[in-house]
Amino acid sequence: MREYNSLIFEVSREGRKAYSLPKCELCEDEINEIIPEEFLRTSDSKLPEVSEVDVIRHFTNLSNKNYGVDTGFYPLGSCTMKYNPKINEDMAGILGLNSIHPYQPAETIQGSLKLMYDLDKMLAEISGMDRITLQPAAGAHGELTGLMIIKAYHQNRGDLKRKKIIVPDSAHGTNPATAAVAGFDIVEIKSDDNGAVDIEALKRVLDDEVAGLMLTNPSTLGLFETNIKVIADLVHEAGGLLYYDGANMNAIVGITRPGDMGFDVMHFNLHKTFSTPHGGGGPGSGPVGVKEHLVKFLPVPVIEKKDDKFVLDYDRSESIGKVKGFYGNYGMMVRAYSYILTMGSEGLREMSETAVLNANYMMNKLKEHYHLPIKQVCKHEFVLGGLEETSLEVSTLDIAKRLLDYGYHPPTIYFPLIVSEAMMVEPTETESLETIDAFIDTMIKIAGEAKENPDLLKTAPHNTPVRRIDEVRAARQLIVKWEDE
Amino acid sequence: MHRYIPNTEADKRQMLDSIGANSIEDLFEDVPSELRLGRNLNIGEALSEIELSNHMNALANENNSISDLICFLGAGAYDHHIPTTVKHLATRSEFYTSYTPYQPEISQGTLQIIFEYQTMISNLTGMDVSNASLYDGPTAAAEAAMMACASTKRKSIIVSKTVNPEIRKVLHTYMKFRDLELIEVDMNDGVTDVEKLKSMISKDTAGVMIQSPNFFGIIEDLTEVEKVTHENKALLISYTDPISLGILKSPGELGADIVVGEGQSLGTNLNFGGPYLGFLAATKKLARKMPGRIAGQSLDVDGKRAFVLTLQAREQHIRRYKANSNICSNQGLNALIATIYLVTMGKEGLREVAARSTQKAHYAFEELIKKRKFKPLFNKPFFKEFAVTSEFDSRMVNKALLKSGILGGYELGKAYPQYKNGLLFCVTEKRTKEEIDKLTGVMEVI
Amino acid sequence: MKVLEELYYSNEHEWVRVEGKKAYIGITDYAQHALGDIVYVEMPELGEEIEGGDVFGAIESVKAASDVFSPVSGKIVEINEELENSPELVNEKPYESWILALEMSDESELKNLMNSKAYKEFCENEDH
Repeated sequence: MREYNSLIFEVSREGRKAYSLPKCELCEDEINEIIPEEFLRTSDSKLPEVSEVDVIRHFTNLSNKNYGVDTGFYPLGSCTMKYNPKINEDMAGILGLNSIHPYQPAETIQGSLKLMYDLDKMLAEISGMDRITLQPAAGAHGELTGLMIIKAYHQNRGDLKRKKIIVPDSAHGTNPATAAVAGFDIVEIKSDDNGAVDIEALKRVLDDEVAGLMLTNPSTLGLFETNIKVIADLVHEAGGLLYYDGANMNAIVGITRPGDMGFDVMHFNLHKTFSTPHGGGGPGSGPVGVKEHLVKFLPVPVIEKKDDKFVLDYDRSESIGKVKGFYGNYGMMVRAYSYILTMGSEGLREMSETAVLNANYMMNKLKEHYHLPIKQVCKHEFVLGGLEETSLEVSTLDIAKRLLDYGYHPPTIYFPLIVSEAMMVEPTETESLETIDAFIDTMIKIAGEAKENPDLLKTAPHNTPVRRIDEVRAARQLIVKWEDE
Repeated sequence: MHRYIPNTEADKRQMLDSIGANSIEDLFEDVPSELRLGRNLNIGEALSEIELSNHMNALANENNSISDLICFLGAGAYDHHIPTTVKHLATRSEFYTSYTPYQPEISQGTLQIIFEYQTMISNLTGMDVSNASLYDGPTAAAEAAMMACASTKRKSIIVSKTVNPEIRKVLHTYMKFRDLELIEVDMNDGVTDVEKLKSMISKDTAGVMIQSPNFFGIIEDLTEVEKVTHENKALLISYTDPISLGILKSPGELGADIVVGEGQSLGTNLNFGGPYLGFLAATKKLARKMPGRIAGQSLDVDGKRAFVLTLQAREQHIRRYKANSNICSNQGLNALIATIYLVTMGKEGLREVAARSTQKAHYAFEELIKKRKFKPLFNKPFFKEFAVTSEFDSRMVNKALLKSGILGGYELGKAYPQYKNGLLFCVTEKRTKEEIDKLTGVMEVI
Repeated sequence: MKVLEELYYSNEHEWVRVEGKKAYIGITDYAQHALGDIVYVEMPELGEEIEGGDVFGAIESVKAASDVFSPVSGKIVEINEELENSPELVNEKPYESWILALEMSDESELKNLMNSKAYKEFCENEDH
């Protein structure tokens, strides 16, 4: 195939067009007769001028420079890059479900409200929470909503000194960033040798200024926090609340529930556990679930059922308010709802069981060749610490880049921060034994190459559309838009 | 055995043997028994494609979508035409099944599109730089407010009451929890009261947020606002409708420091409120204070042009609790849609969409006013939306319209008690003369 | 790693060069190595009063961001504008690339800082 390297602005030719609008009998008045001249645009909008075929070829060619789950194996740890079922896309495309204006009167949107109401109930059942808001647009947005609820809870009780959120050092960067955006101070605690919460360290920081603890379980190392009940009791005794980051939920559906572990508030990632596509970086969807004592703080509106009709209830005086326009990323809810219905109770449990089986199988095969810092059964993902032979001057980045040559998306690298040269591998349940074996073989082959021909790795990738990119140049020159020379 | 899970029982047995486990149960030995669910989830049995399809269509039948109704409702979500190229290109799964371009060598499609998106948003808004997008308009406004506070090291934002109430609600939530102050400035005849603004602004003001065209569709005169804002060393945050920029002066030309808005109109369907597209653009001086992803141009080791995420040291995964925003993703797919939309419409197409929406809205307005039952609420130049009032309850008017298959205007009384009977109508380029005549006809006989 | 004898050092890896009442402040060779290729130096405003221990700016590389603390108190009287366009100078010549100069308000604060020998030992301990 021919290599395609044009920006759309370079394809543009004056006078070409790709759009069509009908004849307009109401458009005789010139705009400057309707709107005063001083408000009208004089500068060039510089939008491209291309024909329809140019548009199609441009984006089709660009799509060929991308790698998605539909292209191949994508074991990007903590992102749960599972297969995105096509029927969900079809369902989200039903006109009667997606061509709905958010301010339509309640009697014209009963179907959509019912869907959201039922999704709330399903997520509550899956998580052991009492009520869900579907409003947050992504995981980080869910975290923010959850922490606002925690703050509102303490303020509502008149307990104004609770300004601290405890975050383990293994946490995703969003956890501390979110706590700061929600107006909290952050206390970071070190993990123990197994990457779990260090109970003694936790006890030392628990006091009457603690608002809550943010935790994922399984942890970012992919390990189940066996002491979770003890942790929950300690935090609760100190008057704090427990926040569950749902990033790793793919490991536990149908097996154990955050609500039963003692968490008070949590977020889901519909784009991870519940298969909605990642969209090249979004849209996601990050519903938040809470226990009964926090329901009154949920964002408005809450969907309620009154006399067999569904309504949007705004009349909630203790609500934290609105965190997003309208009701959330509804299109993602339709997909996740479809997914849950097509999985059913048994399918969901099989999903988590298989995700965990696949991860353990891979971990077991790879630990001979790569450094496995903590040797115990993992959940849906595991973290390697680079090559077993540390004397080799080959980094995790080099291994990741070499994987590109073999046609794989690499694992998450350099996270969590507590493992040096970290490689976080999450196979998910939608990959076959053959796919997993082929990836394992490639990883072993790369470990061999690292010994025999390290340069091959250091200069990788070799056969991708572009090779390693100068990130320093990008940041120093800061060219963030195209300009005509 | 589920269709999305390829491994058979035999495969699973082989894998367990390889691990040295007897059963799947062994892999969950670390989950204490008292935390086990110990029962099946109460979700029901898996549905087949046919069953799911029937179920979802039944739900759809309980809705009246705008494919059945003629839509004159706007107020922040708009029924503009979506060119067919959008559907055909945005459904390419190489785009939508990928994630954030962490590995740029195999993400040049996504990265170049972000770069093109940034270019077009910058040019349309008249700003130096744009980020790769945010969740939606209201959250983009909140991010802009926090960005203004961070970069001026001040703690107060003034927002006009002519800014969409939905946006102000989100702003209130964000500001309150971050211990920042939000002050609303009154309006006068449908536009921001500049005299009142002058009396409120001070050296504590981090930013002034004005929407134009504002919630009532009126084009705000920013000349005075810009002057007084910058005299106080505050930042001017402009919230705008990107379609309007096909004909209206760009916020950059008017002196804005940060421009935000809702990009749903650029090819994303109404989706009952989401996913939508927040955009954020700024002056070069503020580039490093912007939240979210940014794609930059660079070279690869062979000297070939290549794109990569840049300025990442601002972001949460590096700054952690010192980051200004906790955002980690962008609305990638919606930014792709907006890019396809803008490329398809091009310079002339966007101008035409904006012009026709204006012309048709003015026709609808004139027709309605002519009949005297409805009076204009304000007397100011407007874009594609206008507010009217009458002696009739606005809910009753909408009910009558709905009976005739028309989705009526936004009931202004919900957010502005002083305009109890007020209705805000929106007319896009999609509406025909026949449809507009039907609207005014039904309203005439109320 | 290079350490200059005539400078004072803080345990946040800043150096101080004293010229009369003026203190020029930059980051050490150790610090620039740890950060990697520097792409941006965030500068404070001229005339600002800062306390010893306060953050006055930040230095960004591609993969990291680090706050810069002022080892001493005083009023900012000079800013090295050259770094705004050429941040790489901090990598190339860390001891010439001062970020700002303060008019010190309390010279006794210098006593709390390390000399080159103590700083060398400090860095060796950091590495272990």
